[in-house]
Amino acid sequence: MKALFYPGCSMQKNARPYLDSLLAIREDIDLELQEIEDWNCCGATEYMSVHRVAAHSLVGRNLALAQDQARDTDVLTAGCSACYLNLAKTDAQMREDARLKVTVNAALAAGGLEYKPGSMKVRHLLDLVCHDIGYEAVKARVVKPLHGLKVAAYYGCQVVRPDYDGHWDNHEHPTSMDKLLAALGAEPVDWALKTQCCGGHMTVIGPDVAFGLIRRLIHGAQEAGADLVVTLCPMCQLNLDAYQVEMNKHFHTDYRVPVLYFTQLMGMAFGKTAKDLGIGKEFVAAAPALAKIQAEAPKVAETKRKRRPKPGDALPMPGME
Amino acid sequence: MASTPGNNRLDHCIQCGSCGGSCPSGPEMDHTPRRLFALIRAGERDTVLRSNAPWYCVSCYYCTVRCPQEIHITDVMYTLKSMAIKAGLFHDAALPDFSETFVDYVEKYGRSFELGIATRFNLRHHPLSLAGMAPMGLGMLKRGRMDLTPHRIDGMAQLTAILEKAKALEGTS
Amino acid sequence: MAKQNKPERDGQERIGVYVCHCGTNIAGVVDVESVAKFAAEDLKDRGVVLARDYTFMCSVAGQELIEQDIHEQQLTRVVVAACSPHLHEKTFRGVCERSGVNPYLSEMASIREHVAWVHTDKAAATAKAKAIVSGTVERVLKNDPLEAIKVPIDAQTLVVGGGIAGIQAALEVAEAGYEVVLVEREASLGGHMAQFDKTFPTLDCAACILTPKMAAAGSHPKIHLFTWSEVEKVEGYVGNYTVTVKKKPRYVDEDICTGCGICVEKCPILVVDDKFEAGIGYRKAIYWPFAQAVPNLPVLDTETCTYYVGGKGGCKACEKFCPTVPNSIKFDQKAERVTLRVGNIILATGWDLFDARRIPQYGYGRLANVFTNLELERMCNAAGPTGGKVVMRDGQSAPKRVAIIHCVGSRDRNYNRHCSAICCMQSLKLAHLVKERTGAEVYNFYIDIRTPGKEYDEFYQRVLDDGVHFVRGKVAEVTDIPFDPAEASRNGSGALYVQVEDTLAGLQRRVPVDMVVLSAGLEPRRDSSEVGKTFGIACSTSGWFIEKHAKMDPIATMTEGVFIAGCAAGPKDIPASVSQGSAAAARVLNYIRQGELALEPVRASVLAEQCSGCRICNGLCPFNAISFIEERKVTEINAALCQGCGTCVAACPAGAIQGTGFSNEQLFAQIEGLLRDFSREPEVV
Repeated sequence: MKALFYPGCSMQKNARPYLDSLLAIREDIDLELQEIEDWNCCGATEYMSVHRVAAHSLVGRNLALAQDQARDTDVLTAGCSACYLNLAKTDAQMREDARLKVTVNAALAAGGLEYKPGSMKVRHLLDLVCHDIGYEAVKARVVKPLHGLKVAAYYGCQVVRPDYDGHWDNHEHPTSMDKLLAALGAEPVDWALKTQCCGGHMTVIGPDVAFGLIRRLIHGAQEAGADLVVTLCPMCQLNLDAYQVEMNKHFHTDYRVPVLYFTQLMGMAFGKTAKDLGIGKEFVAAAPALAKIQAEAPKVAETKRKRRPKPGDALPMPGME
Repeated sequence: MASTPGNNRLDHCIQCGSCGGSCPSGPEMDHTPRRLFALIRAGERDTVLRSNAPWYCVSCYYCTVRCPQEIHITDVMYTLKSMAIKAGLFHDAALPDFSETFVDYVEKYGRSFELGIATRFNLRHHPLSLAGMAPMGLGMLKRGRMDLTPHRIDGMAQLTAILEKAKALEGTS
Repeated sequence: MAKQNKPERDGQERIGVYVCHCGTNIAGVVDVESVAKFAAEDLKDRGVVLARDYTFMCSVAGQELIEQDIHEQQLTRVVVAACSPHLHEKTFRGVCERSGVNPYLSEMASIREHVAWVHTDKAAATAKAKAIVSGTVERVLKNDPLEAIKVPIDAQTLVVGGGIAGIQAALEVAEAGYEVVLVEREASLGGHMAQFDKTFPTLDCAACILTPKMAAAGSHPKIHLFTWSEVEKVEGYVGNYTVTVKKKPRYVDEDICTGCGICVEKCPILVVDDKFEAGIGYRKAIYWPFAQAVPNLPVLDTETCTYYVGGKGGCKACEKFCPTVPNSIKFDQKAERVTLRVGNIILATGWDLFDARRIPQYGYGRLANVFTNLELERMCNAAGPTGGKVVMRDGQSAPKRVAIIHCVGSRDRNYNRHCSAICCMQSLKLAHLVKERTGAEVYNFYIDIRTPGKEYDEFYQRVLDDGVHFVRGKVAEVTDIPFDPAEASRNGSGALYVQVEDTLAGLQRRVPVDMVVLSAGLEPRRDSSEVGKTFGIACSTSGWFIEKHAKMDPIATMTEGVFIAGCAAGPKDIPASVSQGSAAAARVLNYIRQGELALEPVRASVLAEQCSGCRICNGLCPFNAISFIEERKVTEINAALCQGCGTCVAACPAGAIQGTGFSNEQLFAQIEGLLRDFSREPEVV
């Protein structure tokens, strides 16, 4: 599968392990990435707070460059949730709002560029892996299944919401990454905080709010029995990992829940080395959790035969199909 | 307000409170998103633009997907932020300053530069916290997760031209 | 039939033209006197002998004007230039009929909707009105004196749906002395009302007020009951429907079974009953839905009975213990089809509950102590799975704090836009019942409190007196995860947190409770559009059946002979459903008493000599009125089924189909009249 690739500012340095692990596994999953030449910052959640048309134009330049540079593919992918959302939002809103389209293109014209909304299909990296490359293809490349590793799949907000083109099964309880982790041999835990916010930029401008949110997530993952948290966004990883240390200081707690990218786990399952995958660069060391990986698949408990209900028994639960 | 893309439909708000109930920052906002919309409809421009609510928005989009009237709440928050900056009205200057600092770096280099943003912002607003942040900063450096110098894109002239034109067109669409 | 006026005086038609002011609606824009003058003078050569203008033609005085003129001036045709025919075509046709002129020799020219209401330029509007009148005069000259088509009405009525609306309709028609066939898809009559515990606002026991009617319907000599059955096919037209009912196999012989219930007692297989018990109770593989089932004939569930499943031949306990001779259990019973003739059909198929799993943030299906309103009804019901005790999912402990969430899946563009009409009252009722039985702190989370009915707001006051807490806010999420250790230690494990903005206080709250009840909304039946197709009626975009007119005719549909009653047409409470059941019965009795129905003769018909047998029209008819006669190789149209839509008329390449009342002749004449050049004024069309 071919795709234009927008790395985004975070992946260059603070989320370097995300990029490294992605590059390490792309051949295994037959994903050819063509990086946009001379891309610029997407503006994150900050640029749009100050300007609107300029914010869309900032993103527009990347869309236009991708459109012009695209060779036999119309898919544009990003790994960072905010970058993905900005690209998707600008494209979607230029499609829906004719005036915005005209205005943004007028701005782009000052730089000799033009973007036809809809010409690039903006997709998040996880979306490509789960829905285009597919779980079976991923499973086929697994040489070291992650048996015995309990993982909390953490999607964060901006990938599954607002989801302009309906790529995800659910805004609140998606299952794609869980299925991916299962395909890698790991055991995704059942936890309800999968898409609760990590606090975003509140770590800088409103730390009290952020720490509360971070603690809830880390504590929740731990309570659910997870050995580590798996994420798909550099901001989330930074908040849950680097700021976990700060959070511990704030609350005088001692949580040690490592946070890795899904591409790093994929790499591990594909047999790459920790160094290739940037494992070791996290603040809360992942090595102890990863040491729990077993050679054999854990035994599945025998399902007990259902006995006949008696008075005083629990009421049946609704089915979830 | 009407220029927020997606036809913000604030007139359709039934004041149900889904947004205020879903908001992760809700308890810290002086006015919940719902109350903010009531204030907007009541014409309380000053109060609305001085509110800390839009700045505390984390863009989680829970409000947007849960709103029974399909109002693009998060986008409205962005609009309110830029309006507040233009009007020079805010509750705490630190809040818009963070965004503006970010914008400055992007407009200079075409890329964001965390060390620069964090340092400048904290020097200006929370100088004492810089000391407390040192361990984390060092931790990032040690792990090769932070740049000491910013990167500049090649097409800076092109980007600048685009952004200048865009700003001139602001408010015309 | 009124006698016709023959053209007098040299075989010429004598046309009267009446131009209505409609107060200032028309006269404010169109110079009505000038139009009348124009008709009297310029259209004299076309047969207009008089033209008047008058303030309100539809009034008694206006109508009398026409009647008088018909008698005194021997008018043979009438043109009324006024509003749209949708409003008063019948009125003026009636005038003609009373005065001896064939009603189809009267035409209306719409100079209100087509002229006065859409133009502001008075001169142009007046000119347009004149042109329209000229066109209509030309057209009316080509009208044929048509006769209404009379169809006989079969006196038997089909009622589909055995809930409260259907039962009411069936009883009313049967009491009037006519036969009724009542078809119910489930094994017993009763519908959703049979599941409820108490009904608002009186807190009457639902079963106590329903079962007498169920019993009456089950034993009435004029009501032929088909339960565990569905209508498979409907053919024909009003007064003359041929209906095929499929009786699903019960695997129990209904002629022999005495309803003793031993088979149910002895059956060893326990299954979660997700229909009647809303998933929180059990039934056997052979069962009847509830104790007071009408008829009290059990039904075998082949998906769980060991005879059909498991490949070991089954335990056959039901057969072994059945006391009747011959045995009532018939494992090999097959579906049976019954064909019936009915004159009218009443659809009272009810509603389905909104699936609360569609809102994952409320935790239904994932969090043990989140329930739906229907589950709570079963819990509160003394004959329900918990014997009327309100308990948590463990089946034992009573909750100390209960949250009831209004508007789940309703009033929400993400799910259903409509308000479900009854759930505020149901939520209040459940609050009262829960409080009464457990003494728990009850919190109702609402956006509005909708209590429009009789004694409804008084009931709200009663619930306020009970001490139920009301928080105005649409709940954002229900979670079992405490926000921080402090909250966890305050509330213990197992607590559910209802996160909501208390909009009246203006702050976000997390209210800890033990149990959450979701007031899920009413939705149309999942298969409502298929059912609609079977009966030839349409569903709205939300899925409810569409009535003929939302305000003035909520019982009839656009298909003659098919009526709707109860929640099938939209959410409503029990009194409204009962009223609609009675109303539908009244309409049907109306037809039956008349014995025959006069249908509009505006239909299509095939000129057999010109039909080439190409059959292009055959598949086009939305009313299945067209059939092909093999022997003669020509197409034929059933005049009674035809609704005069004109599709086939347009499609026929040979021009062999003509639309009565809209013939080519008439239409071309109208065009000629419209375009006629009257030279003196500018022609504006």
